[in-house]
This record gives sequence, structure tokens and C-alpha cells, in this order.
Amino acid sequence: MADTHFLPQASLDTLFAALTRDGRRILAPVDRDGRTELNPVEHADEVASGCLQTVLSAKEAAFPKVERLLSYTLAPGAVALQDAEPQARPTVLFGLRPCEASGFRALDAVFNWDTRDSFFNARMTALAVIGMSCTRRDEACFCTSVGGGPGATAGSDILLTPVDGGFLAEVLTDKGRAMAALAPEAFRPDPGLEKKVVEVPVAFDPAALTVRLKDLFDNGIWAEQSLRCLGCGACAFVCPTCVCFDLVEEADAKGGRRLRTWDSCGGARFTQHASGHNPRSTQAQRWRQRIYHKFSYYPERYGMLGCVGCGKCTRACPVDMNLQEHLLAAAQA
Amino acid sequence: MTDSFEPKITAFVCNWCTYAGADLTGTSRIKYASNVRVLRLPCTGRIDFMLLAKAFSRGADGIIVSGCHPNDCHYTSGNYHARRRWMVYRDLMDFMGLDTRRITFSWVSAAEGARWAELVNEVTVAVRALGPYTDYRELALTGVE
Amino acid sequence: MDVIATSRQLLESGAVQAVIGFEAGTRGIPRPAFIRRAEGAGALVFDANCTQNLGTYLTRPEVRTLGRVAVTATPDTLRAILQLMAERQLKEEDVLALAVDATGEALELPTAQAVEEHLAMVAQVLPDRDREALERLGRMTREERWAFWQGEFARCVKCYACRNSCPMCYCGHCTMDCNRPQWVAEPSHALGNLEYHMVRAMHLAGRCVACGACGRACPVGIPVHLLTFHGEESVHRQFGQRAGASSRLDYALSTFRPDDKETFIR
Repeated sequence: MADTHFLPQASLDTLFAALTRDGRRILAPVDRDGRTELNPVEHADEVASGCLQTVLSAKEAAFPKVERLLSYTLAPGAVALQDAEPQARPTVLFGLRPCEASGFRALDAVFNWDTRDSFFNARMTALAVIGMSCTRRDEACFCTSVGGGPGATAGSDILLTPVDGGFLAEVLTDKGRAMAALAPEAFRPDPGLEKKVVEVPVAFDPAALTVRLKDLFDNGIWAEQSLRCLGCGACAFVCPTCVCFDLVEEADAKGGRRLRTWDSCGGARFTQHASGHNPRSTQAQRWRQRIYHKFSYYPERYGMLGCVGCGKCTRACPVDMNLQEHLLAAAQA
Repeated sequence: MTDSFEPKITAFVCNWCTYAGADLTGTSRIKYASNVRVLRLPCTGRIDFMLLAKAFSRGADGIIVSGCHPNDCHYTSGNYHARRRWMVYRDLMDFMGLDTRRITFSWVSAAEGARWAELVNEVTVAVRALGPYTDYRELALTGVE
Repeated sequence: MDVIATSRQLLESGAVQAVIGFEAGTRGIPRPAFIRRAEGAGALVFDANCTQNLGTYLTRPEVRTLGRVAVTATPDTLRAILQLMAERQLKEEDVLALAVDATGEALELPTAQAVEEHLAMVAQVLPDRDREALERLGRMTREERWAFWQGEFARCVKCYACRNSCPMCYCGHCTMDCNRPQWVAEPSHALGNLEYHMVRAMHLAGRCVACGACGRACPVGIPVHLLTFHGEESVHRQFGQRAGASSRLDYALSTFRPDDKETFIR
């Protein structure tokens, strides 16, 4: 049973100050030139009010866009290798939407599948989430169709829901309790607050879609849908659950480093073999892969969906590849 | 920047004119700043603008790009193409905020041994005053977790 | 005839196998559409919000296999079509440009000459907002411009939405794809981002048709189009050459004049 409290708006700064004193970096949505970015903040008034979502997801906090895995120096006859220590700064993600908060689970499925990725794990251990329920939505959102919801608690350590004068605070996990304990005066007793969130009607049944996909592999719908797709990586890179990466070696005669960087299955050369063969040489195959990875292979392999219905891909796409629209069309194909 | 800072100058020169000219500097026993590291290419027309960017990222504080005078290119027109490319690239570099004072473009012929020495000395003095191009070198370290 | 009626007729008669245009989108602006059957033509729209440069689709293998296509074209798209023809990526007989005037009338431009003549009547001017941005950047000091672009590039994630939305970035094997050697740093650290944007700006200098699709495509709002616009203005100012004016190649960086004038070569 969650531990619920009333967190007054005016006490947010007390909480922020306590978290900062505890050595934690706070990342929150910030308004910048008409965009909402996830940036470090120190005071509650820096947090964007009235924003729906950040453009880029918060997965950067656990899976950065460029990460050093190891480095080495070369001398005649000798290689000095240093495994990089993940620079996992204690971090609090504030204001994360429930859809995104639930996305870390999908990253974890890959990063702890057969090998334990020490980098991801170190960052996740150092990460705590203060989520924010949604009182607004837009047409791109479809969290309720993929098992989530505008007030869902999965992935949050504390979930805040706006109420008059502040927030209903649900303290959900040990990490949440540890944060609340840093500013106990901010977490007042709950006088029986009602948790009011926006309604997001369910648009489709993902289990039915997963079943339907088994028969659609060779269907012409993927070629139809992907004609306008540019094959860029915008959808993959803003997505909270996309986890593909590339390993890049940057070296010269004196030494080098190995970096992990984001990659996207939408790119034309993503599956290019050294032989010259490319098993996904058309955009139709690549688009199909995106859908199947999230709605067929993830359920099959990890027992969960690879999509949280946040809609970031739809909003970021330069040519309006609206994921929900495409999924509904596929379900009816 | 300390008094002991010695700039690294990378010079991209064409084989037929400037490289031969630099060789003449040597056979004429003219001394000049040893800060320069000379890279020989067949023609300035072959010089890709990325070579200059790579030189900066590898530690060059200043760059010299030099070849045959217009109308004297060993391959007839390579230097004309190079000139056009530099006119566009230098403009772009400045627009993106790179320090164009650190790149010197010149025409030095095979007969201009003394001129090569003078050019290298002038460039070395100028780049020494500008200090190391740390802004550019730091780029490789910025944005890596 | 308007775009819908024209498209219907073209598809019915078999003059084209597809019409590339725009349809209503779900994010408030129209999105590219590929109409293959006459009955589908009713979905076509064409207004000031139709900004993605459809020229980017004309070099895709998936689109080439559709057959002869008609394209509803803004002046930007027309310039892209001419430049693609000049660079031998498009044959006149493979594309039918449909220019749309202010009343919604569609004008068929079946030849390069027709496109050139039509464009000659349209002044190529940068949007005010972009002209002002370029002027503001021009007034900054070199250090301020460095700080500006480094600040912008810090957000870049190398998604290549800019490159892929560009009609002139059609290389099947982009320099970014080359990893033997890895000529341009791939990771989206500060160096990799600077190198990529620098390379793209240089590869487009003298080829950019100033449509701005790249800047609009960027999901994190980096004004990358200012880099390519700058390159286009630089080439035009220094050499008098411009992309997209003709189907005969007039590329500044593969031509020269013995008396090209510069002020900085010693």
C-alpha cells in the first residue's frame, strides 16, 4: 500500500534543496526556446509548468547518447587498458511522466538479459524518479493502450499528482522513502486527497495486436506505411524504450577509447553485413522491424511490450509517422 | 599559456611547388622555426577540408596550406579548385566560430625557398601569440559520459 | 483544375503511376502522401503548411520503382527537381512537376524547361526569420558564434533527420556511413557533431536549394538550415552561381575561373 502525503507547492523548493544537499543532481523538464528539455535544475521555479513532455526521453540518465566503456594507451610492446568506471552521479528525475517512468523496465530487460551491463546498472542504482501524473494529454498519447496510464505508478519512486495548492504524493519504494526522509516537513499528512488525472481512452488491445502480427509479416501494409518514412533515427532516439547501440572505437597510434552510442534500426545501413548483404535493405522491412520489435519480439522474449505509449516518436517525426495510427491500421489489415 | 608554449603547425603542401620550395630552403641552409610539420600531397586540389579539421583535432595549433601559384599548377587546374574550396570553407569556418586566424593559405613556388622560411616564421609567431587551440581539442572530451 | 482533379486525371490516364503530394496530418500540419489510385486523390491538400521538400523522395529506390510520378511542388521542390536533374539523379521523363498557384490551380510542368521558366518568375528569397537569424549571427564575434553553435550542437543526437529530409542528400553510401576509415566521428559528442554539420554544410555548398526542410526536421530544434543557407549565400556571393536554377549543372565547386578573387591567400 502506498504511503500518501500532501506536498505543498511552496515546499517543492525545500525538497529540491534537501536533494541537492544530499549530493543529488536534479533533472527536470525546462522550457527553452519553445521546447521542453530535460535539464539540471536547482529550484522548483526552473521547472517547466504546463508542459506535456520533454522532446528527448529521460533514458539518457541511464543510457547516455555517448558513453565511454574503456580506454587504453599504447607504448611499444605494451597496452595499458582502463575499464571506465561509470560516472554515475546520484540523480533525481523530477516531473517524469508515468509513461516514461515505466520505460526503464524495457531497457533493463535488454541490459540485464544475459550479461549484466555494469554501466546501465550503476546509473540505475544512482537514479531515483519523482514522477508527475498527467492532467493533460495530446493526440499522440496512448499509454492506456499499452498497459500504462496517466497516473500509473510503475517506475516511479514517488509519484506526484497535482491537486489544489500542491501535489498528492505517493511514496512508493525504498528510494522514494529515502528521498521523503530528506525533507520530512514537505510531506504533510494526506487529508484524503482525490487523485484526478486526465482520461486516456484505450485505443487498441496490444495482446490482440501481438497475435495479429504473426500473420502480417509478409503483408503489403509495411511498404504502404513506410513510403513517407525518411529512415532517420528521430523516433528511436527520443523513445524511452529504444535500446539499440553502436560501439565505436576512436584510436590513434598513442591510444584510444571505446564508446557506446545510440543507434537506430531505421537507418539504411543498420543491418549491413561486411559481406555487402543487407537483410533489411528496404524501408518497409525496417519499419516492420520497428513495429515487430516493440509489439511482437519484446512480448515473446521478455514478457512485456517494448512501447509505453508516450507518443514522443510521433511528435518528433518530421513526416508524421503516427505510431498509434499505424498500429490501428495494422490491427485491421 | 606559459612562456614555454610552442605551437604545433601542420603544413599541407603540394609536391611540385611548395614542397620543392621547402626543400630549397633546406639546401640553401636557411634556418626557420622548427614548429612546422610538413605533409606532402600531390596537389592542393587534393586537400580535403576535413584534413584541416582533423589536424586541429589531433593537436595542431595552426595550419599552413600552400601550393603552386595560379596558372602554375602541375596538374593545370588543381589549385583553382582548391582556391574555390578554401573560399567556401574559410567562410563556413568563420560562420561556425572556428578561428580562421590559425589557418594560413599561400602560394609558394619551387623557387621560393626564402619565402617559405619567412612564411613559416611569420605563422609561428602569430600562432604562438594566439596560444594553444584548446577549444577545438576539448571537443573530443565534451559530451562523453 | 485543382490538385485533386489533376491528380485523378493523371492517375486514371496512366500518365503517372503515383502522385506524391500532401495529405492532412495528425500533428496540425500536412504530411507527405503517395497516391497510387485515382480514388485516393481526394486526400490531397496543398497549402502554405506543406513544407517538407518532396524532392527528397524522388531518389529513393522504393519510389523509383513506383514508375513515373507527379509531384505537387512548391518553388523549393521545383528547384530540387532541377538540381537533381542537373546532377543526373533524375530524368525529365520520370517526373511531372505540378506547380500550384495561389488559387489552388495545378500547373503541369512536364519538362525541365517548363520548370525553369516557371521558376524564373518566382524570386528566390530567404524567409525573413532566417535572414534575420543569419544577420544576427553575422554581427556576433567569432567567439560568440562558436559558443552559439556549440550550444546548439550539444543537443544534437545524430539522428540524421536533417540529412534524410534533404533532397540533395541522396548518396546511398553517405560519408557518415564510411567506417574504413571512420572519416567523420560518428558519436554525438561535441567533436562528432561539429564534424558532421561541417561536412554536411560543405557537401551542400552550391547545391542547397534553401528549402529549410533540414531545420524543420530537427527534433531538438537546432537551426541547421542556417548552415546550409549560409553556404548557399556564400557561393552565390563569391561566384554568382546558384543551385536549382537550371537542369544544366552549374556547380561552383567543380568549376572555377582563373580570375576568382579572394582576399586571404598570401
